[in-house]
Amino acid sequence: MTQLPDRTEKKLGLVIDLDTCVGCHACVVSCKGWNTENYGAPLSDQDPYGSAPTGTFLNRVHSYEVQPEQGTAQLIHFPKSCLHCEDAPCVTVCPTGASYKRVEDGIVLVNETDCIGCGLCAWACPYGARELDAAEGVMKKCTLCVDRIYNENLPEEDRVPACVRTCPAGARHFGDLGDPDSDVSQLVEARGGVDLMPEQGTKPVNKYLPPRPKDQMDRPAAQPEGDIDVLAPFLKPVAEEPKGFIGWLDKALEKL
Amino acid sequence: MTHHQPKIETSPKVSDEVRKTTCYMCACRCGINVHMKDGKVAYIEGNRDHPVNRGVLCAKGSAGIMQHNAPSRLRAPMKRVGPRGSGEFEEISWDEALKIATGWLAPLRAEAPEKLAFFTGRDQSQSFTSYWAQNFGTPNYAAHGGFCSVNMAAAGIYTMGGAFWEFGQPDWDHTKLFMIFGVAEDHDSNPIKMGIGKIKARGAKVIGVNPIRSGYNAVADDWVGITPGTDGLFILSLVHELLRAGRIDLDYLARYTNAPVLVNMDPESPEHGLLMRDEDGKTLVIDRKTGKLTPFDQKGVQPDLSASYRHGGVTHKPVMHLIAERYMDSQYAPEAVAGRCGISADKIRTIAAELARVAFDEEIVLDQEWTDFRGETHKQMKGRPVAFHAMRGISAHSNGFQTCRALHMLQILLGSVEVPGGFRFKPPYPKPVSAHPKPHSAVTPDKPLDGPHLGFVQGPDDLALKDDGSPVRIDKAFTWENPMSAHGLMHMVISNAHAGDPYKIDTLFMYMANMSWNSSMNTRGVIDMLTDKDENGEHVIPHIIYSDAYSSEMVAYADLILPDTTYLERHDCISLLDRPICEADAAADAIRWPVVEPDRDVRGFQSALCDLGARLGLPGFVNADGSQKYADYADYITNHERKPGIGPLAGWRKGETGPSHGRGAPNPEQLDRYIENGGFFVKHIPDAASYYKPWNMAYQDWAVELGIFDSPQPYIFDLYVEPLRRFQLAAEGHGERQPPDHLRERIRETLDPLPIWYPPFEDGGIDTEEFPVHALTQRPMAMYHSWGSQNAWLRQIHGHNPLYLPTGLWEANGFADGDWARVTSAHGEITVPVAHMAALNENTVWTWNAIGKRKGAWALDKDAPEATKGFLLNHLIHELLPAKGDGLRWANSDPITGQAAWFDLRVKIEKVAAPTESQPGLPPIHSPVGQGPDHLEWKVGK
Repeated sequence: MTQLPDRTEKKLGLVIDLDTCVGCHACVVSCKGWNTENYGAPLSDQDPYGSAPTGTFLNRVHSYEVQPEQGTAQLIHFPKSCLHCEDAPCVTVCPTGASYKRVEDGIVLVNETDCIGCGLCAWACPYGARELDAAEGVMKKCTLCVDRIYNENLPEEDRVPACVRTCPAGARHFGDLGDPDSDVSQLVEARGGVDLMPEQGTKPVNKYLPPRPKDQMDRPAAQPEGDIDVLAPFLKPVAEEPKGFIGWLDKALEKL
Repeated sequence: MTHHQPKIETSPKVSDEVRKTTCYMCACRCGINVHMKDGKVAYIEGNRDHPVNRGVLCAKGSAGIMQHNAPSRLRAPMKRVGPRGSGEFEEISWDEALKIATGWLAPLRAEAPEKLAFFTGRDQSQSFTSYWAQNFGTPNYAAHGGFCSVNMAAAGIYTMGGAFWEFGQPDWDHTKLFMIFGVAEDHDSNPIKMGIGKIKARGAKVIGVNPIRSGYNAVADDWVGITPGTDGLFILSLVHELLRAGRIDLDYLARYTNAPVLVNMDPESPEHGLLMRDEDGKTLVIDRKTGKLTPFDQKGVQPDLSASYRHGGVTHKPVMHLIAERYMDSQYAPEAVAGRCGISADKIRTIAAELARVAFDEEIVLDQEWTDFRGETHKQMKGRPVAFHAMRGISAHSNGFQTCRALHMLQILLGSVEVPGGFRFKPPYPKPVSAHPKPHSAVTPDKPLDGPHLGFVQGPDDLALKDDGSPVRIDKAFTWENPMSAHGLMHMVISNAHAGDPYKIDTLFMYMANMSWNSSMNTRGVIDMLTDKDENGEHVIPHIIYSDAYSSEMVAYADLILPDTTYLERHDCISLLDRPICEADAAADAIRWPVVEPDRDVRGFQSALCDLGARLGLPGFVNADGSQKYADYADYITNHERKPGIGPLAGWRKGETGPSHGRGAPNPEQLDRYIENGGFFVKHIPDAASYYKPWNMAYQDWAVELGIFDSPQPYIFDLYVEPLRRFQLAAEGHGERQPPDHLRERIRETLDPLPIWYPPFEDGGIDTEEFPVHALTQRPMAMYHSWGSQNAWLRQIHGHNPLYLPTGLWEANGFADGDWARVTSAHGEITVPVAHMAALNENTVWTWNAIGKRKGAWALDKDAPEATKGFLLNHLIHELLPAKGDGLRWANSDPITGQAAWFDLRVKIEKVAAPTESQPGLPPIHSPVGQGPDHLEWKVGK
């Protein structure tokens, strides 16, 4: 119902490192703070001190446990916000043209004055990345901090999304994924970054860097997985007994 | 519809002004930029220039705006009008409040100052509050370290003159292997996250040792899901492997530790086990060059790790012999410990091998010349790129002190402390234990105490005992029960005061300590102690004064409330005299300042103490004419001098010719200079002084110049801690001051001068077959203590806390999602919601700490999930061990430091029908501030 642009000049997006994300929710709350005070309606909260507090968030962190067939279970922290898809179904489904994808940078935005709060876009998004604000009745979503990244009132180094600026572990990266030479594209290349649910055909711009292989010490030393150091063999004793150790110590000290 | 793109404003005005101060959403003390619009707080972000957080900020920090505007903020001083615990108060003026307090306290000071127990909880102004208590004259002062991590601090300081967190950090720029033990995700949280991100980006490895694989352990390359309370055994097995393989740093041990120092080996001698010393008290070693006995610190000496010395018929062996004999014993072999630790012997061997490989085969060298305290100049700085960090997970056990000691021994054997790639101290550390004060406890009515309350004992002579041998302090710190209790025992104050053991008190005065809820063991019991009355109908604890900014659970149990400000409305100093924010490369301190003025009748607690101190005529708080000396805390911060030229803040003091850092006269414009500089002060350590600090004369001279020391204080690390041996000797019958007989055996067994492991005490007092499961808490990264629950944003992230069960327990009990369990310990039971977690030690259950709330507190609705589904494990943990039938009250604490042994807890789990709410359910308390609004659309700007 609403057309996407034929092409965009840039593909701005996030690269999120699942190997490093500790699940601290810093990005979640920094986003809430900036976007409550800035672009569009505030991100409201209902029953904030009550029995069932709910509020609008543009970015949330989910945690999933992974139990490999053999070996130790792992916990993966998975931050999720709008992926600014190239084929964004939330835009094409919009009956009023309020949802749109920007030509200059590919950011998907909602023009709140045209939004009727019908919720079709949230239904169309396979990632659950849009939230209807209960107080304002308009659809809210990640703007990639469009009011920060070009903002001449901010120092240049701060012209990044709030979530990227605040991430303590450095697990969030921002840049032009349409430029193969950009830092973020290089990072995706080096770390084997992936699309989220590629089978949906949405062509998400944001990429996720998968966790590196874990628990290599639980494997026999001869069979490391992937490109990691082969662990040294167990330590070779110089002595089994304290007396033998003292003898060894004398010899070792002579060499110092 | 065709593509239509509206024009939007991409350069909106961000704020009217940015005010830079220090966060207080946890104890991390990051720098924050507070964006102001129309005089209100609009947005908070990290300060890029700040040494702690370099611009990043955690979830708590960003949610500070909701904390500042929380509906639970207290509004004015209050006096209790209903029964204790009811929450019924009447708001009064500050003058009336301080008159009441003075009326209670002045007679105590005149007659029996010890009848005031002044304990401050998560206080970041301990050098100030302790000064106030010292001037009052009571021996009964401490902050919350005793129930937090004193084992970590004391073990570190006694072993190596510094400890983890505030006293040191990994060398994030050079380390290649980072191993963390029991790290709660709140402590030093942003620096650790930044560091992990940094080393992972470099491809360095992280090993996480923790029964629970969340947070840092979730991103660790290798996870060691250890059984709680066995970390020390695991570490000593690593030591066993390293010694057998000779993979230790002999050169480092000989030069920088007491491994070569000679020990009296004669079991008949009253000095058995003490170190050999010369007339000046210097420890003695054999010089490898001359073969002669010499003080360890002489120019050119090369201490011998191996040579024994026989004198007067007594053999003296170097500490290194004792270490080899003890830890090469097969009791520490991987096979011998694997079952108890829940770690396979192969994995222990693999980790030992990896530590050795990285430390020795990947040695790093910096081309930086430096000169050591023996006068030898080294062309380079050699580094062992293995770094460790640990926190409460290993320290909050009754074997925690020795476990922390074991970890420091491991670090030191690898030569990885204060070297490139290893663990580095932050100023004012390194600081030898001998340079710390000893505890002071001499009480004289109407006079100040004879010195600082807390300190580091060297032996029985330093204990805080009366002539009859009974404890001077209400918490029994510095007694035979826990001689090295360097932070006091806040968790024992209410219990001891209620029991009148060792004596009754009159007034309990507390700050920021939620003792009737999550900050106490045995919460229900503590509530009863706070409300209990004697045969005359008077409260057993007659007066309780409490200061907090918020309507916490503790407010209801006080008689008088002194309402504090929020952190954005106050002055504070993060002082080098206290718990500093330095980095390994720099000394730093910081301030808070009122970026907004309070909109209600509240005062910063420290300012209130300046007023109260003057009303009481405390010497440090009045002028010669009796008038109030410090108008408020800002006045104190600026003008107080601890000794001439040294004050709470190091930056921008007044030198003879201009501004001076470190030493200098008070500068009336000092706070303005801090504000102009972003709220903090940093002074970098010269490159030649950046590593090997305890032995590096360039560092020692720099520290003297800055005022950290008055003279250079080089020292060697104490692998062998002689003060522990002095207590053992007393327990063996030597010396004038003797322990009571019932403690002799425990002192002999636990106060070992070399690290040992013994099972947590609870295991010995209960049937471990009946209670087979370990139960732990961890604090989430997005909440801090109780404060998070009042925060509209954070409570949407962590609104309630299930008990997480490992797969085996989950399946064996037939649990399904939504089920509840009864959890029983030797002390009590709770009924709580459960959830499954696979990445968990198979004998451990756990929950998030301090999310459970009492109905009526924190301005929450009575049906808030924190109160209906949330819960505390505290109900299952007693401050005393189960009775042994000897009539004695044995604290559930470490026998060396008195640290609360929270994590010794054992439980059993049974599936039960879902109750309507978590149990035990306590009746609601009346909220003195009402309840919060039913919706928020928090936009400050237009």
